[in-house]
Amino acid sequence: MANVPDNLHYSKDHEWVRVEGDTAVIGITDHAQEQLGDVVYVELPKPGESFPANESFGSVESVKAVSEIFTPVSGEITEVNESLSDEPEKVNKDPYGDGWMIKMKMSSPGEVDSLLTAAEYEDFTKAEE
Amino acid sequence: MITKVTTHISPHERLIFERSQPGRAGYSLPPLDVDEQPLGEIIPRELQRDDNLAGMPEVTEVDVIRHFTRISTWNYSIDQGMYPLGSCTMKYNSRLNEKVARIGGFANLHPLASEAEAQGALEVIYELQQHLAEITGLPGISLQPAAGAHGEMTGIMIIRAFIDARDGKEKSAQRRTMLIPDSAHGTNPASAHLSGFTVKTIKSTAEGLTDLDHLRELCAHGDVAGLMLTNPNTLGLFERNIREICEIVHEAGGLVYMDGANMNALVGVARPGDMGVDVIHLNLHKTFSTPHGGGGPGSGPVCCTKELEPFLPVPRIVAQTSVYDGETDEHRLKSVPLRLDFNYPQSIGRVKAFYGNYGMMLRALSYILTHGREGLREATEAAVLNARYIAHALVTDYEKPFEGSPMHEVVFTDKRQARKGVHTLDIAKRLIDYGFHPMTIYFPLIVSGAMLIEPTESVGHQELDQFIDAMRSIAKEAAEDPELVLNAPHSTRIGRLDEAAAARKPVLRWKPKLAESHSTATP
Amino acid sequence: MRYIPNSPNERAEMLRRIGVDSIENLFDSIPEGLRLRRPLNVPAALSELELLKKFDEMSNRNLAARRVSFLGAGAYAHYTPTIVDHLISRSEFFTAYTPYQPEISQGTLQAIFEFQTLVCQLTGMDIANASMYDGSTAMAEAVLMAERVTRRSKVIASSAIHPEYLDVAHTYVQHAGIELQHLPFNAETGTTLADGLSALDEKTAAIVVQSPNFFGCIEDLQMLADKAHAVGALLIVVVTEAISFGLLKSPGARGADIVVAEGQSFGVPLSFGGPYVGLFATREKYARQIPGRLVGEAFDAKGRRGFVLTLATREQHIRREKATSNICTNEGLIALAATIYLETMGPRGIEAVATQCAQKAHYAARKISEIGGFSLPFSAPFFNEFVVRAPTEAASLLRKLASENGIDGGIALSRYNAERPNDFLVCVTETNTRQQIDALVEGIGSLIH
Repeated sequence: MANVPDNLHYSKDHEWVRVEGDTAVIGITDHAQEQLGDVVYVELPKPGESFPANESFGSVESVKAVSEIFTPVSGEITEVNESLSDEPEKVNKDPYGDGWMIKMKMSSPGEVDSLLTAAEYEDFTKAEE
Repeated sequence: MITKVTTHISPHERLIFERSQPGRAGYSLPPLDVDEQPLGEIIPRELQRDDNLAGMPEVTEVDVIRHFTRISTWNYSIDQGMYPLGSCTMKYNSRLNEKVARIGGFANLHPLASEAEAQGALEVIYELQQHLAEITGLPGISLQPAAGAHGEMTGIMIIRAFIDARDGKEKSAQRRTMLIPDSAHGTNPASAHLSGFTVKTIKSTAEGLTDLDHLRELCAHGDVAGLMLTNPNTLGLFERNIREICEIVHEAGGLVYMDGANMNALVGVARPGDMGVDVIHLNLHKTFSTPHGGGGPGSGPVCCTKELEPFLPVPRIVAQTSVYDGETDEHRLKSVPLRLDFNYPQSIGRVKAFYGNYGMMLRALSYILTHGREGLREATEAAVLNARYIAHALVTDYEKPFEGSPMHEVVFTDKRQARKGVHTLDIAKRLIDYGFHPMTIYFPLIVSGAMLIEPTESVGHQELDQFIDAMRSIAKEAAEDPELVLNAPHSTRIGRLDEAAAARKPVLRWKPKLAESHSTATP
Repeated sequence: MRYIPNSPNERAEMLRRIGVDSIENLFDSIPEGLRLRRPLNVPAALSELELLKKFDEMSNRNLAARRVSFLGAGAYAHYTPTIVDHLISRSEFFTAYTPYQPEISQGTLQAIFEFQTLVCQLTGMDIANASMYDGSTAMAEAVLMAERVTRRSKVIASSAIHPEYLDVAHTYVQHAGIELQHLPFNAETGTTLADGLSALDEKTAAIVVQSPNFFGCIEDLQMLADKAHAVGALLIVVVTEAISFGLLKSPGARGADIVVAEGQSFGVPLSFGGPYVGLFATREKYARQIPGRLVGEAFDAKGRRGFVLTLATREQHIRREKATSNICTNEGLIALAATIYLETMGPRGIEAVATQCAQKAHYAARKISEIGGFSLPFSAPFFNEFVVRAPTEAASLLRKLASENGIDGGIALSRYNAERPNDFLVCVTETNTRQQIDALVEGIGSLIH
C-alpha cells in the first residue's frame, strides 16, 4: 500500500507539493516511485528557471523507463536537490523527505487549492489500477 | 522433456586487459622496405603520439584465440537452437552466404574503384534491387541504408521531400504530423522525429488492429503527412483493412510507410505495393537471413512507388538498358554496363558514405537465389505454420489477448501467472534454464507483460515441441513453486545482474589500476 | 528446401494437429484480392554449385580487386591477421542476437566492453559507445549531439572533410533545424583556415574537422579546440584512417569534445564499401547524451562481475521520439573484428603498422614529386595520404595507369570537385611494397614522357 501523507497536496501526474510559506517543495509520490522501480537518474532544472503549472521541469529514470515530471504549480526554482545526482535512490527510499526534488517560489499560491487532497489522490490512484 | 544446451569452459575468463603482460605481442609485419627517414622529419614531434598507447593490451596470438574462444561459449546462438524472438526473425544464417561474402573479388574491392572495373559488384546490387522490387511490389529502391532504423529515417525523409515538392514549403509546413500506432517499434517515432515530424498515436481496436474511426478522426485535421505501420502488425496480426487504411490516408493527402520488419509472413504470398503502401524498409538481417552478429551489421533497403523514386538517396545503380527477364529463367544479366547515377536533383541526398552494407547485400542475394521462387514462398508458409503451431499449443497455459489467427508471430501475456506473483521477466529467465533464449518481452507496449514469440521457419517440430513443453512446465512451476521461477536463471555462469546499480554509477570501460593505491580507479 | 527442417509430411501432420485444412488456410486473414496468385518473378533455386559459379563469375569481373592499389579516401587496404576472421566466424559470435538477455550473452557483452575501452584509449576520450554504422553516420550523429548538448543550432564544418561525409551530414540535419556551414581550407597548406572562422560565435554548437583530412593533411586541432571553447562550442574531430591513431597524438589530447572515426582499417575487409564500423567517443559529462548502445559493468547477487547494456533510457525503445538517436542495430560483428584486430596487433603492432604506412607514403610522395611536371600542392604534414598535382588531367592518367600498368594509382579529385581536374589522392599502406611504389612512380612517369 503506497504511502499518502495527509499534509500534502497532490497532482494527477503523481507529484506532491508541501507548502512552506510561499515556497512549494515538490517531488514524486510513493505510488510513482513504486511504479518506476529503482530510480537511477533524475534530471533537474537549475535555480532561477521558471515554469508555469503543468509544464515538465525534468525527468526521472529507472533502468527500463523514463518519466517526465510536471510541476503542479507555477513559479521560479529557488533550490534543487543536488544530492540526487549521487544518490538517486533517495527517491525510492524517502520520496516525501530526502527524495524531494525542487523548491519553488510560487507565483500564484492559490493554485494549490485546485490540487488533490490526500484522500482524493488515494481514490485517484485506486481508480487508475 | 527438458534439454539443457549450455556448457562452459573457463567461466572465469577475465578482460583481455587483465591478461596483458608487458612485452607480449601477437603481430608479424614484413620489415620496412623503403629508406627510413627519422620520424621527426616526416611527422613533427608535437603531432606524434606520446602516451605509448598505454593501457592497450599486450598479448600473444594464443592469448587472443583462447580469450575469444572462451567468452564465445558464454553466448547462446542460432546454431545452438531456436530464438523465439518476436519481431527479430532469427532464422538460419547459412554458411554458403558467408562463403559468398568472402570471395576475394568482392571482399577486396575498394568502393571507389572505377565503375568499369567493378561491374560484377554493381551487378550484385542491381540484381538484388530487382528481386526486392519484385518481392515488395514496389519498383523504386535504394540499398544504401545500413539498418532498419536507418531505412526508416530514409523512407520518412522521402515522404517529407515528396510533400514539400507537391505542396510547396509553406503548405507543407502545415503537414507535420506522422501517425504511429500505439503498438509500434520505438525506432518508428524516433525516425519520424529526425524528419521534423511530430508524432500522434493511433489506437488499436479490441481485436488488435488499427482503429479506422480513430484514423479517420486524426486524418480529418488536415495536418497528416503520413502513417507508419507494420503489417502484419507487432501483435502478429494481418491488418486486413490495409487497403482502406491506405485510401483514408491518401485521401487526406498523406502517404503510407510500412515497417517491413514482419515481411517473413508475406514473401511470395502478398506484396506491400499491392496493398497501397507507398514506401517500405526491409531488414536484410531479419527476413533475408543475414546474421545478427551480436548487434549488427544490418541492412535496411528502402523500396517505394514510382512517384517517390526521384527522392531516393544517391547514387543509384542503374543499367544502360534493362535486360533481366525472369520468364526465361535467366540467372545472369547480360553484360551491360552498370553505373552510378548521381543525377537526381530531388534526391534527399546521401544517407551513408559509399553504397550501403555491401557484404550483407551479397548474403541476401545468395539467400534469395538459394531459395528461389518456390523456396521463398515455402519459407513464409513454414514460418507461419510454426508460429500457429505454438499459438495453438500454448493457449492452454497462457493468456492470449487477441482472438485473431496470428501470422508468423504470436503474443501472450503473463496475466495468469501474475496472480501468483510471477511475471514475464521471470518466465523469460526461467526459459533460459530449459536451454532456450527467451522470447521478446514487454513489446509491444500495448500488451501488459507481453511475450512475443516468433519461431521462424528454421525450427523443426521436435524443437517446437520441446519449447512448448518448457513453457508448459514453467506455467506449472509458476502455479506450484513460484520461487523457482522468480529466482531464475539457475544454470548460467552469472545470475540476474543489478542493472540499477550499473545505471546509477556507469562503468563503461576498463581502467588500469594506478600504481599507488588510494585511487578510486576501477580495476 | 534444405534450410527448412520440417519436411512436407511433418508440415501436413502439424496442420492436422492444429486443425487447419491446408497451408493456404494459414493465410485466410489476408483478403483474397491481396493474395499473390502467381509465383514470384525471381529465378528458380540454384544449387550450391551453380550459385558459387555465378558469384565467382561476377567477382571475376571486378578487375580492380586484383590490381595493385593506392586507393584511400575513407576505405583502406590493410593486412588483417588470419585469426580475426576465424574468431568472428564462430557461430556463438556471428549468429548471436543483440545482448538484451545478459545471462546468455556475456561473450558479446564482454567483447563490446573491451571494444569501448580500446576506442577510448586510441581516441584519448572518456567513454565510447558500442558502434555506429560507419564514420560518415557517426559524424552526422555527432553534429546532432552537439546541438542537444549546447542547445545551439549552428555547426561549422571544414570543407576539407571527406565530401561524402559532408553529404551525409547535410542529409541528417536538413529537418533538424540545424544550419551546417562550411569552413574553407587554405590552398597552400591544405588545412582548415584559422582566419576563416568569422562565422564562429555564441550561436555555434560545434566546429567539425577531419584529421588527417580528406587531402591527407594533419590539422591543427588544438588551435581549433581553443577557438571553439572560447565561445562555448564543441570540437568534433573526424578520423577516416583509424590506423593514424597509432602514430599521431590522440584527438582527445588535442582538445576534442567528440571524436568519431571509421574503424574499417582495423581488420575489416574493403568489401565495396561495407559493412564498416563507426567509432564514437566523448567526455564523461556527456554520457547521457551519447547515441548508440553502451555496455557497462554490473554484478549479480553473488558478487560475480558481468556486463550489461546500460543507460538504455537514452535509446529509441524507451525514449522513442525523444531518443538521442533512432539507432537500434549497429555494427556488432564488425566492432568485434576491430576488437580482435587491435588486441592481436597490440600497441606495438598498431605503432609499427602506422609507422610503416607513414614511411612508405613519404617515400612515395618524395619519388613522385621528383617526376618532372608533378608536384605536391599542399605543404602541411601528412600521415599516409597525399595529393599529387599532375601536368595533365588526372582521371585519364589514372585510367591509363590501370589498363596499361595494372595499377590503381589513386583517386582523381575531379570525382568530387570539377575545379581540381589535375589532382589525385594517393594512399599508401603497409601492404604496398617498395616494388609496387617504384612501379607506380615509373608508370606515372612513363605515361607523361
